[in-house]
Amino acid sequence: MAILIVLSLFVILAAIVAVEAKDLLSTVISIGAAGLMLSVIFLMLGAPDLAITQVVVEVLCLVLLIRTAILREDTTFEARRDRFIVAAGLVGAGLLVAVAYAALQAMVGFGNPLMAADPESLTLANQYLNHGLEKTGAANYVMAVLLDFRAYDTLGEATVIFCSIIGVYAVIRKVGKTTT
Amino acid sequence: MNLQTLPFLLAMIVVAVGLYAVVCKKNLIKIIVGIIILDYGANLFLMLTGYRENGLAPIRTANMNADNFLNSSVDPVPQALILTSIVIGLGTVALMTALAIRIYEKYETFDISEIKQLKG
Repeated sequence: MAILIVLSLFVILAAIVAVEAKDLLSTVISIGAAGLMLSVIFLMLGAPDLAITQVVVEVLCLVLLIRTAILREDTTFEARRDRFIVAAGLVGAGLLVAVAYAALQAMVGFGNPLMAADPESLTLANQYLNHGLEKTGAANYVMAVLLDFRAYDTLGEATVIFCSIIGVYAVIRKVGKTTT
Repeated sequence: MNLQTLPFLLAMIVVAVGLYAVVCKKNLIKIIVGIIILDYGANLFLMLTGYRENGLAPIRTANMNADNFLNSSVDPVPQALILTSIVIGLGTVALMTALAIRIYEKYETFDISEIKQLKG
């Protein structure tokens, strides 16, 4: 619990550095640090699959963002701060945190997920954990949910990924342009 | 301060930092980074809801009995949903960076207020 809070604070710190840094490359490196800490948190919370995926996605994001950031020779930029916009943004973010704090009081505490102790209970997680092995034959229940119980969901995910690839290709291709 | 809700609150602060970046920053790359941070915060929040105190990863090994496993495993459902969310986050980042590269090639700036002043 203490380690989790320290790691979460590190993620927040890296996020703030990423948002406020004056150099775009520093921004990109900081977001990489935040993602890496997030993957360590996932590993701590019992999700090794998520930790692996997060690292892979993180590396790809970093490559894409560095490719974008080095379009300029000089990656620093001068920030012209508009005081009103900054104040409004801070008030909005603070309001979000305050409302979240009020709403979280009604939530079950950390460490008590919505899983009934009774094995015959009909909650989703209990059904998956009880019958996952004989229904799918997968020892890893996350993969059983992803590839068997919710396979259509994963098909939709693959569709989204291919749509985004088509979108990227359509946006950055050079041939076929007829601008004068 | 209730210690039981502190991890959730920290995840919400990550979301708030991302929201601030998306709303207030004028640099396109900062906005993309803000959206990535929002993504991280939402994933972290969902992950925290499924955690059980001293929980094990939901992977069954040969020498575990079923009842014991049911009472010690963390919730697999949020993990499966977050896995989808992380990969889709990569797709959106790829599309956003492609658009940012295109905008830079056309206007030679990442500053959205300058792009607005250029008019076409």
